[in-house]
Amino acid sequence: MIRSTNLPLFITLMTFVLAYALCASQYPAMLSGRVAANLLTDNAFLGITAVGMTFVILSGGIDLSVGSVIAFTGVFLAVVLRDTGIHPVTAFALVLLITIAFGAAMGSIIHYLEMPPFIVTLAGMFLARGAAYVLSTDSVPITHEFYDVLQGLYWKMPGGGRFRLIGAVMLLTFIVAMIVAHRTRFGKNVYALGGGAGTAQLMGVPMARTTIGIYAVSGGLAGLAGIVFSLYTSAGYSLATVGVELDAIAAVVIGGTLLTGGSGTIAGTFFGILIMGLIQTYIVFDGTLSSWWTKIVIGALLFAFIVLQKGLGWATTARTIPATRFAERS
Amino acid sequence: MFVSSLKRVAPQLLILAIMIGINVIVFPGFLSIEFQNGRLFGNLVDVLNRGAPTALLAIGMTLVIATRGIDLSVGAVIAIAGAVAAKVVVDGHGWHLALLAALSAGIICGIWNGILVAFLRIQPIVATLVLMVAGRGIAQLITEGTILTFLDPGLIQLGAGTIAGIPTPILIWLGLGIVVTAIVRRTALGMLIEAIGINERSSRLAGINSGVLLVLVYLVSGFCAAMAGVIVAADIKGADANNAGLWLELDAILAVVIGGNSLLGGRFSIVASLLGALIIQSVNTVILLSGMPPEFNLVIKALIIIAILVIQSPRVKHMLYLLRASSEPLNREKPATSIEEGRA
Repeated sequence: MIRSTNLPLFITLMTFVLAYALCASQYPAMLSGRVAANLLTDNAFLGITAVGMTFVILSGGIDLSVGSVIAFTGVFLAVVLRDTGIHPVTAFALVLLITIAFGAAMGSIIHYLEMPPFIVTLAGMFLARGAAYVLSTDSVPITHEFYDVLQGLYWKMPGGGRFRLIGAVMLLTFIVAMIVAHRTRFGKNVYALGGGAGTAQLMGVPMARTTIGIYAVSGGLAGLAGIVFSLYTSAGYSLATVGVELDAIAAVVIGGTLLTGGSGTIAGTFFGILIMGLIQTYIVFDGTLSSWWTKIVIGALLFAFIVLQKGLGWATTARTIPATRFAERS
Repeated sequence: MFVSSLKRVAPQLLILAIMIGINVIVFPGFLSIEFQNGRLFGNLVDVLNRGAPTALLAIGMTLVIATRGIDLSVGAVIAIAGAVAAKVVVDGHGWHLALLAALSAGIICGIWNGILVAFLRIQPIVATLVLMVAGRGIAQLITEGTILTFLDPGLIQLGAGTIAGIPTPILIWLGLGIVVTAIVRRTALGMLIEAIGINERSSRLAGINSGVLLVLVYLVSGFCAAMAGVIVAADIKGADANNAGLWLELDAILAVVIGGNSLLGGRFSIVASLLGALIIQSVNTVILLSGMPPEFNLVIKALIIIAILVIQSPRVKHMLYLLRASSEPLNREKPATSIEEGRA
């Protein structure tokens, strides 16, 4: 039998396969390589953001600032490339440094001042969005030849689809994140923290380092997502990516991660992203459905997965009751 | 009892006084209030008027947070209620029916949230996230993706009109605040809500019907959000499903936190939350009046909020307490040293 920890992941995977099969039976063209490649390209920045969000949620926290950090990164890159002569690679490194420091600062406030992550990252969200406004309120185009080079990198898939660089960056992020989450000490610490802060501390988990590290990772990945987003749109706009934090949280939950923390997988988040991308693709294919149906369907899916998780939770507690009774008797 | 409740809101009153003081510094005419064309005018009136949606949300949010919950869906409920009110009026019905329909929509949303939290036992932040994501879609479904505009004078009166010279939104939030405070404080309801927030399990074992109370609390939050939605829609004479109440849930939560209520539930004060809402609104006003470039609004707001939160954070409070406690023995020693000095 499938272990209960893997069951949510399995269900997410099955939902994706089933949804894809349903879509394909209605529109056979959805099976083409082009659609698959676009699914990866269009959701690249959201996927990278969701990886960071998975770490935060696994630890029992939440990061509302990611959408604003993506917008800030885009505007920062556009303004820096327009006004100074530095190479985009240097600008990338600089912006990643800023966003990692930003995340680490939020993590420090959360840990040292014992404030709830929800409120701290909320203030961070205002701050990052405000910093983007200060840099520029207009949409700033990016016209650097290095951007053209990066955008021109793709692998032509059989069937005509173009597997672009940013899709590859997302896949690479997911693979690295899976290794970090499941094969390193930091990953184990994140799960331990989400399972219960008090217990983790008693077990000797370095609380300060782990908490700050988690939010630094989330901030840095939001920065990377911002770089990918600027490659995707070739512009920086301070009003872009409003509400992306909600999409990322939804993808993480649909991917089977518990919002209370301590249980979930990075791979699940990947399929959560694909399911959300699939809904959007279906609505584009259909043509008669309006865009607001996306929100309603994602809301319904979110509800379905939450209820499912609850059901699984009840099922596991029901199974453990005989064991505890046995322990009491002996 | 009056003194103790005054002591509870003292930090909020102080911060509000400081904010108003800064307002007076950047704009000397801030405190003047005039009566023109049968209506009160002045910046203070504006603060009270513009703060109405946040204040209304803060009333419901305070109760929800007191039960150790959170309601993320209020912004979406504002959009839904505005859309429903506009739709009813555009279809040719009176404003009474529109108000009733909008409030019913809010109550239904609240009951939905409450059932998810109380009976399906879903974490509040997740349970209300569902409606937060889907709610704007539903609102757009009602308005069919357009901004529904209306000219019904009765409905507009609710958002932009006056009663006895005072703008209606002020009367609505003050009235609702007084009624809800009276209900929770003059009966045992407030204490029962606090009991749920402190320990739901033991409160249930003590015989409190926590399920029904939780649904009731989310219902009140939905009702307040719907009222705010009607005001927001009436103010601009139209229902904008995309932008009405956008991020207001965050302002409302901030108002409650600035009001000194713990996000971990328990003791609450609606008056302090309402003061928190006014603080947020006066921060907005000070940025506006100071004539700074509007790009800086969010940065300044974020910095002020971070400063307020850091001052109120448990760790800093504890450090201040330690500082005060350790300085007390020094005080006792001081007279002794001064006597010695006197001798010398």
